[in-house]
Amino acid sequence: MSNQSYENLTRGIIKENPTFVMLLGMCPTLGVTTSAANGLGMGLATLFVLILSNFAISLVKNVIPDMVRIPCYIVIIASFVTVVDLLMAAYLPSLHARLGIFIPLIVVNCIILGRAEAFASKNTIWQSVLDAVGMGIGFAGALTLLGIMREILGMGSVFGWKFVAEDADTMMLFIMPPGAFLALAGLVIVFNKITGAGK
Amino acid sequence: MLKISSAPHMASPVSTKNLMKDVVIALMPAVLAALLIFGFNAFQVLLTSVAACVACEYLICRYFLKIPPTTGDFSAVITGILLGFNLPSGIPLWMILIGAFFAIGITKMAYGGLGKNLFNPALVGRVFLFVSFPQQMTTWPQPQFGSFFATDAQTGATTLGILKHLSPETLSNGLAKYSYHIDNVPSYLNMLLGNAGGSLGEVSAIALLLGLFYMLCKKVITWHIPFYYLSTVFILTSIMWFFKQTPNLDPVAHLLSGGLILGAVFMATDYVTSPMTTNGKIIFAIGCGTLTVIIRVFSAYPEGVSFAILIMNAFVPLIDRWCIPRVYGTGRK
Amino acid sequence: MSKPASTLKNMILAMTIVAGLSALILSISYRITQEPIKKAQDKKKLEAIQAVLPPDYDNNPYQERLTISGSNIELYPARQGTKITSVAMKTYSNNAFSGRLELIVGFLLDGTITDYKVVSHKETPGLGSKVTEEKFARQLRGFNITKQKLKVKQDDGDIDAVTSATISSRAVLDAIQRAYDNYIKFSTLGN
Repeated sequence: MSNQSYENLTRGIIKENPTFVMLLGMCPTLGVTTSAANGLGMGLATLFVLILSNFAISLVKNVIPDMVRIPCYIVIIASFVTVVDLLMAAYLPSLHARLGIFIPLIVVNCIILGRAEAFASKNTIWQSVLDAVGMGIGFAGALTLLGIMREILGMGSVFGWKFVAEDADTMMLFIMPPGAFLALAGLVIVFNKITGAGK
Repeated sequence: MLKISSAPHMASPVSTKNLMKDVVIALMPAVLAALLIFGFNAFQVLLTSVAACVACEYLICRYFLKIPPTTGDFSAVITGILLGFNLPSGIPLWMILIGAFFAIGITKMAYGGLGKNLFNPALVGRVFLFVSFPQQMTTWPQPQFGSFFATDAQTGATTLGILKHLSPETLSNGLAKYSYHIDNVPSYLNMLLGNAGGSLGEVSAIALLLGLFYMLCKKVITWHIPFYYLSTVFILTSIMWFFKQTPNLDPVAHLLSGGLILGAVFMATDYVTSPMTTNGKIIFAIGCGTLTVIIRVFSAYPEGVSFAILIMNAFVPLIDRWCIPRVYGTGRK
Repeated sequence: MSKPASTLKNMILAMTIVAGLSALILSISYRITQEPIKKAQDKKKLEAIQAVLPPDYDNNPYQERLTISGSNIELYPARQGTKITSVAMKTYSNNAFSGRLELIVGFLLDGTITDYKVVSHKETPGLGSKVTEEKFARQLRGFNITKQKLKVKQDDGDIDAVTSATISSRAVLDAIQRAYDNYIKFSTLGN
């Protein structure tokens, strides 16, 4: 793999992590990460849409006139999101029920349109897919981490496996909306500490 | 003549320390009342809370921020006492440690330490615990006068809790049949003395008012916030009582029950998180009173003092901006 | 290949093609998933019904569902042969701590509650949400509505409310009572 491809693939995972560095897509990040499974499910759904949309947009980038490119991108993204929504409702109904409105809302996730506009519309198909995979993994990883953290603190479990007694006291706040902000802040601090960013 | 300018008193650390000491002294009657009413449990809770708050501030200063510890100014002690005052006496002690970390670590130190925090640390600690551990935070041991070491106190509801849990249907079926609940509502005298269910510091109105009197005499605080806060609550609940919106609690009982006096005297008057000017203080206090009554009467929560004060805390920068003191020599508008 | 210029013709053409392709993809995936989605929804409801009924029936209660007229309550009869052995009902309460609480409850014909499952609720996590947990549910299993009083102890009834969640506990009992009242109304009128 060439240096360029490697750079495009790994950029989204740490250096330009969509959640911890760019703080994009905060709505699903804060909204659905009440458990590790929800975070992972949402992350994978976004990853899937991101790959498809980057692929399709870099495929058509040369035939779309500039002035209508954003509407066309949005139509493409919305179609893929609807496909994912239908597929999840059919084959993963319980996850679909838990993620609820946040699946259709992937359409307005800034990461997707952001990558389409900033990357896929200027690069080759192969590089765009690599970029989507990297960004998607970065996003899914961040959501899963946040989900794990909130689930441990709020429910005393990881991926549904409970390591405290059934009626033990856990910090319920962390599975409520304010807890999402606190947990995200904590993770960003740790992330910056490790990567040396924010100095 | 001694003239105390508006808060924040950040200029000289010595005066901060003395003011804080006076607040600690003013808190003492309520501490004694708590020990008398709830016995050894209260002692444990207060000690843990104060120790945890001070230790938390010390450790953060020393090892995280690497600055000289600011624990000498007594403000962490006050936060500790107030946090303890907001807890039921039977709460597991490890929960207090978490609450203290939130009060000092997140609410105060993360914002930059004393004078820079937006919200009242003790109240944030309380609300954090209340939301996280609702069951322990609403299990109120009943007063146990005279039996200092009794550890198996009966638990019961607070005055406001008792009345909140009466369903509308129960009430409309005639109160006589449900006299059990009504009998549990303490008399005014018991509410004044503190012979009622509740958190450590909120039950004894007299002890809190003694503290208020001391602070007013020493000019630690001005009378505006407590006066306007309590009067707003009294007036609003009187209107509602008159129009039968609060059929089960009269205005006097509203004043004496729950954390209202504790909140009005010690929480809403916190220098850092209340407005600087007199006009600002009045707006702030009326806002607190209104929100308290709205939450008590119309929401599903029995008590709204802590939420009300925290919400108004968020408005303080706006209020301060709006009520800039007139510069000497310039004309009135 | 250079980008087509943003002339009106090009723009209309591009958007029409994109929209057309998108419609094609959507209609295909809709067709493929239509059947599985319906199956998944039915299965989920059937599972909730099965969870609250004693296993002595041989029909599919969900397929025989009927809505009780004048209410939003659904009734799922469980039969052995032609004889009804128990019923499951989907019921609700609007008196919960926040929002509407929906549950499915199973009854034997003598008014004994077999079990209930909360389908959806917006109660406070860790407080009101405890009405979905075993400690509260245990009291209701085998509880006979005709012989005991389906009210919390605070209202002179026979049920211990979840500590600090009297309102949520009341809502569950309210929903069950509503189901039973409608069942009685239905069985006296209908049969």
